[in-house]
Amino acid sequence: MIRTEELLLNVGPQHPSTHGVLRVVVKLDGEVITHVEPVIGYLHRGTEKLAESLNYTQIIPYTDRMDYVSAMTNNYVLCYAVEKMMGIEVPERAQFLRLIVMELQRIASHLVWWGTYLLDVGALSPFLFAFNDRERILQLFNELCGARLTYNYMRVGGVKWDAPEGWIDKVKAFVKDMKGRLDEYHNLVSGNEIFLARVKGIGAYDAETAIQYGLTGANLRCTGVKWDLRKNEPYCIYDRFDFDIPVGKNGDCYDRYYVRTEEIRQSLRILEQALEQFPPEGETMGKVPRAIRPPAGEVYVRIESPRGEIGCYIVSKGKAEPYRLKFRRPSFVNLQILPKLLVGESMTNLVTILGGIDIVLGEVDC
Amino acid sequence: MSEEQKQNGARPEEGEAKAPEQQADGQPQAAEAPQPAADQQQPAEAPRQAEQPQAAAESQQAPPQPAEAPQQPAAPQPGVEPKHAEAQQSAGEAKQSAPQPAAEPSQPAASQPAAAQEKRPLTDEEKEARRQAALAARAAKLAAQGGAAAGASAGAAAGARAAAGGAAAAGGEGAAAEPPKPSPNQPKLDRAVQLLKELVAEDAVEEATLNPFNDDMPTLVIRGEHWLKAAEVLRDHKEFGFRFLRNVAGVDYETHMEVVYHLLNMDSGDTYCVKVRTNRDNPSVPSVTPLWSTANWQEREIYDLLGIAFPGHPDLRRIMLPEDWVGHPLRKDYVPLDPEV
Repeated sequence: MIRTEELLLNVGPQHPSTHGVLRVVVKLDGEVITHVEPVIGYLHRGTEKLAESLNYTQIIPYTDRMDYVSAMTNNYVLCYAVEKMMGIEVPERAQFLRLIVMELQRIASHLVWWGTYLLDVGALSPFLFAFNDRERILQLFNELCGARLTYNYMRVGGVKWDAPEGWIDKVKAFVKDMKGRLDEYHNLVSGNEIFLARVKGIGAYDAETAIQYGLTGANLRCTGVKWDLRKNEPYCIYDRFDFDIPVGKNGDCYDRYYVRTEEIRQSLRILEQALEQFPPEGETMGKVPRAIRPPAGEVYVRIESPRGEIGCYIVSKGKAEPYRLKFRRPSFVNLQILPKLLVGESMTNLVTILGGIDIVLGEVDC
Repeated sequence: MSEEQKQNGARPEEGEAKAPEQQADGQPQAAEAPQPAADQQQPAEAPRQAEQPQAAAESQQAPPQPAEAPQQPAAPQPGVEPKHAEAQQSAGEAKQSAPQPAAEPSQPAASQPAAAQEKRPLTDEEKEARRQAALAARAAKLAAQGGAAAGASAGAAAGARAAAGGAAAAGGEGAAAEPPKPSPNQPKLDRAVQLLKELVAEDAVEEATLNPFNDDMPTLVIRGEHWLKAAEVLRDHKEFGFRFLRNVAGVDYETHMEVVYHLLNMDSGDTYCVKVRTNRDNPSVPSVTPLWSTANWQEREIYDLLGIAFPGHPDLRRIMLPEDWVGHPLRKDYVPLDPEV
């Protein structure tokens, strides 16, 4: 007679497939998951509390460290919130620079995801491909602002550094190459039988569930909901460019894969147009008062980060420091659905499903 | 490093913008203009100290909002117009006459900002163009502000708005046109209040305002005892249809606590802000996790960091901090108990 016992298994917090310091306490009945408890907070640095004693410019580097795979969008959401409160106009050239770096960042972020996700499901070489291309973006950023990961590039009212001589041409060259590379990626991976067997129909949910759990980004769009803040609530200068919102229909891991890779293509489209229209000269900083003191009041702004809706809620009392600063972090919100997706699945799918959500722990824990 | 650079980098323009304005008042401005240069010389380690005198100087001089607006009404009414004209004119004159004195002190300052170092140095024409742009913007801003002050109780916020919007429109008109601007969201707000009163309770809505900073986002304050019912109406009533809960935030206002919900209707694109207030000694707000699953962790986070209880929550535990943590860090009176800190 075969006797089975419930097995309690700790996945993480230092397991590579958890993409950081996430711990998942799993109860197993044989191979089947019966209970899941994500444990977070290992990377909690109290950013929101620290922000209450910093002025707005000083907070920008802290935002870099939330979603460190997509620091540019984090920079933007804070600056955008303050600009909105103070009614600061951002010069054209700065708007373009912001948009270009945010779209490059989206590509870089999706490349990290693509590489590590395939690593998760057992394909080693795509990781090297993806990081090779991402490296080019990091070098472009390095040239622009002197950092590879934590850029601290944007400021309230504009951007810190203008594009150096020839930078725009380098981005153009990258965009051109990247289009070809993307086709190569698809040839390499997207039709692979083993890969498809690992992701098709796995971790599926419908649009209703996605909305109920407040999912955003590719996690929402994979269910067929056409919701992208760049289109639905345009910010920066996204309304000037032509691009599509890729959506899936089954809400499974494959559709999330499809949506993200397709988003790279759309970002390249936006970049092509933006680089073409890039103003040859102009200011990179708007007229900003010496002391940045938003008037008393509050604001909630949200933008589309590579992971979904990143929001910034500021309560100001008219001081140089925010009274309360809250970030709505897409990774944190998206991760909540994990237990629901995992119960009843086999243990091997844990990594597939967790990877498919695309979390960054710096953002989950904040 | 970059922080300091930024601050200093911003100085020269400020100095340039200020100088002609002071000239218009007939005051000597040699004392002001060289200051940025002096700041530049400060060692990198002392950005804080360097800032202090600036801040002091500023409180007398700029920021335009509080300091200058009160002066305007004191002047006789007819005096307002000429003053602007004069400012404009002297700004124009400054093009011709000011460059020497104004540009002289800012010369060393303009050559140093790190931003400029990396790029090609600015030509004289460019500098001139920049200063002119700054002058024009400032004049417009002043004019708009004067109008706002004359328009009496326009409030600081409205003034700031007017200044921003009016920079393009110029003149006092920006502020004059401000009051009769019915927001397209006003009917939505009125309707929301009416519906909630009908369907939930007569006293369900404590406050209803439009948030001027947030594209006039309708903002409702709901009484805690009616919150669950109101939330249900907001989610399910066909005129609201807020199926998507974007964000939940907790705020400690020292006198009371507040939980802030941002709701979204994906079909119409409407976003409303709903707040529920609670007392500070025993803060508690009914949980909406049964209605929106996304509230689960967000409420746990608020419980953890602010200590607001959410009765009805399926699993209210700390989420960021360890179970044995003492206190709630985001409270304003939080004192860390950790002896190692």
